Amino acid sequence: MATRATGATRRGRTRWASIHFFANPARFLRVARAVYPWAAGSTAALIVAGLVLGLYVAPPDYQQGDAYRIIFVHVPAAWMSLFIYVVIALCSAASLVWRHPLADLVAKSSAPVGAAFTFITLLSGSLWGQPMWGTWWVWDARLTSMLILFFLYLGYIALHAAFDDPAKGARVAAILALVGVVNVPIVKFSVDWWNTLHQPATISKIDAPSIDSSMVAPLLLMAAGFMAYYVTVLIPRVRAQIASRRIRNLRMAQVSR
Amino acid sequence: MVGVFLRLVGRELTLAVRGGIGTLMAVVFFVIAVTLFPLGVGPELGLLSRIAPGAVWVAALLAALLSLDRLFVADHEDGSLEQLMLGVLPIEFVVLAKAVAHWLTTGLPLAAAAPVLALLLNMSVDGLVILIVSLLLGTPILSLIGAVGAALTVGLRRGGALIALLVLPLYVPVLIFGVGAVEGAVLDVGVHANLSILAGGLVGALVLGPLAAAAALRMTVE
Repeated sequence: MATRATGATRRGRTRWASIHFFANPARFLRVARAVYPWAAGSTAALIVAGLVLGLYVAPPDYQQGDAYRIIFVHVPAAWMSLFIYVVIALCSAASLVWRHPLADLVAKSSAPVGAAFTFITLLSGSLWGQPMWGTWWVWDARLTSMLILFFLYLGYIALHAAFDDPAKGARVAAILALVGVVNVPIVKFSVDWWNTLHQPATISKIDAPSIDSSMVAPLLLMAAGFMAYYVTVLIPRVRAQIASRRIRNLRMAQVSR
Repeated sequence: MVGVFLRLVGRELTLAVRGGIGTLMAVVFFVIAVTLFPLGVGPELGLLSRIAPGAVWVAALLAALLSLDRLFVADHEDGSLEQLMLGVLPIEFVVLAKAVAHWLTTGLPLAAAAPVLALLLNMSVDGLVILIVSLLLGTPILSLIGAVGAALTVGLRRGGALIALLVLPLYVPVLIFGVGAVEGAVLDVGVHANLSILAGGLVGALVLGPLAAAAALRMTVE
């Protein structure tokens, strides 16, 4: 691992595109420090803009009134919960195949954020369901697959935490993430099969979206804001992981001496 | 190689037979769990026959889960798992042998016991046959996915509860298609789609399950 990192450093700038470019934690920390204020700033700007457009500018829905406005939180959160699971799976693959040292940390740090987004999706869906469907919870396909995704996140986090040796926990959890990513489409398909009550997707029809552009703009702004938020919380989490790994290595060196 | 594989399955079965009543625990649990449903929802036969496919399948799911935490742990504790992994058989086939033995000692008895329990829940005779078929197709998937969960948690002190958390979400499709097939038979709306998907899932799990479990064992057992 160490030799590989120095190898990438020696070859230097010609290897910009290489996956190992950020394998050097010091380089990652430098870039992260530069990116962090921009990520934090754009999170605030995008979410404020999205909320203003979504809550004040966008007109109420002709059927749902003002209650539909929860989609400006609900839908981006759902996108993020799936996106972060894919990030975890990709990082897990990178960590298993290339022993990429930062991929582990990104995967581990992402999991609670993804779980939180999944929870927000479930919570906001439930709050929307109360006025719309007249009940807090409906066993419809999307809510149910989101709930199972939430369980998958919990299992991943629990497995990661169950090992005394964090490096071993990371490798084992990486396998679980890959097993999960094979299963997520199957679970999704099976749950759709099981129950199709939810209204069909509104944003997937690219040529003729069934939602007005005054509603699309805040939705996309919020999605971008959530993405920036993810980067903003990811950076300090990964930094803390790098620091705690260093502390652990120092302690181990101390003990073995 | 085939001989070694069969001998490994035979060893597991011998161990299971010598284990006595402990081996039958899954079936005993299955019977008791299904018996709890009428006590919980009331003895009304119409209601029971409505929930019968789901109740039997959920109980089977939990029963298959019950013995998973011992799948690799006993061999890990006495060191024979390391020996098996160093032997001539690829680790993937060690896992497959373990999963086959697990299915023969849990899945197969569950499928045998299920029709009696389904009768207790007032299931129609059309449903019984499909219930057995769906369990015969579905429970091997449970053993194979369970082997992955067991391999991921083999070195851990409190692996049992963790296995449930890891494996149960992955069991959801099996439950859905298994119950779907039985309900299709009871309501006479066709069972082929659900059974075909279960069979396809079994083929996929036969290939992917041992691969994932072997990769996990290489990391958890050192």
